Amino acid sequence: MIAGTVKRLFPILAVLTALLLAYGTYQALVVAPTERTMGDVQRIFYYHVPSAWTGFCLFFTNLIASIVYLIRKNPKADALAVSSAEVGVVFCTIVLVTGPIWARPVWGIWWTWDLRLTSTLVLWLIYVSYLVLRRFSDSAQTPVLAAVLAIFGALDVPLVYFSIWFFRTQHPQPVIGGGGSLDPRMLHVFLLNLFTFSCFGAMVCWWRCRLEWLQREVDEAEAMESLLEPTEARLSKPKVTAGGGR
Amino acid sequence: MNSVRFLWAAYIATWLIHGLYLGSIVRRYRRVRRQMKDLSGE
Repeated sequence: MIAGTVKRLFPILAVLTALLLAYGTYQALVVAPTERTMGDVQRIFYYHVPSAWTGFCLFFTNLIASIVYLIRKNPKADALAVSSAEVGVVFCTIVLVTGPIWARPVWGIWWTWDLRLTSTLVLWLIYVSYLVLRRFSDSAQTPVLAAVLAIFGALDVPLVYFSIWFFRTQHPQPVIGGGGSLDPRMLHVFLLNLFTFSCFGAMVCWWRCRLEWLQREVDEAEAMESLLEPTEARLSKPKVTAGGGR
Repeated sequence: MNSVRFLWAAYIATWLIHGLYLGSIVRRYRRVRRQMKDLSGE
């Protein structure tokens, strides 16, 4: 019953998220005031930062699901872990693509090896290696190894986040809670997009998790079928007596 | 100003990545549905 309600709820929430994304984009591109020194390129901020936030939330989900899997060996936790890592990598890719596009007109360079940028790249590489492990290893121990890798990978998330607090980097200081300030109209648009991207990330992760679960059911059914096939073939084969039955 | 070009480039890149990823999920869903159909048909 709960599964049915969730299934019915999904399209409604997906439409609401799409509407929120459209509204958030309109607010970011049209309504938010233009920043004085950087100009229009500063509007990248309205999806660069929310994408990073959503990626961090998904990696945190992956950490929790991995711990739950290690403790309880729950396959649903494992499905959530692999789904959240995959969607998290997508959001992290967006951060790594939009960051240099923003940096080029503002800093005059596409990339610099400072702590924030490098640790983000390392984070991305860790979770890509996690996905490669999940994709290409058939061992029964793969989920356990992947869960351990996920725990080590999650240690990089606080390093990425706090790198600009404790070290001198090229990357700007955080606008909330880090001594920076933001125009109230910009803050409103930023928070709206933060919420919107979080909803979008959660929806995609939910969808991906359902796919993972369906795929596992199909794989299990196919494995069962391939196990039963030789037995059925043996049972249906006519018995031949010695001498050909003559 | 030149910066608008960068803004659009970042927006297009963002939605292109999301679009490609969502497309890959849809493709995988279709494959799973086909596999399910094949299994139930046999």
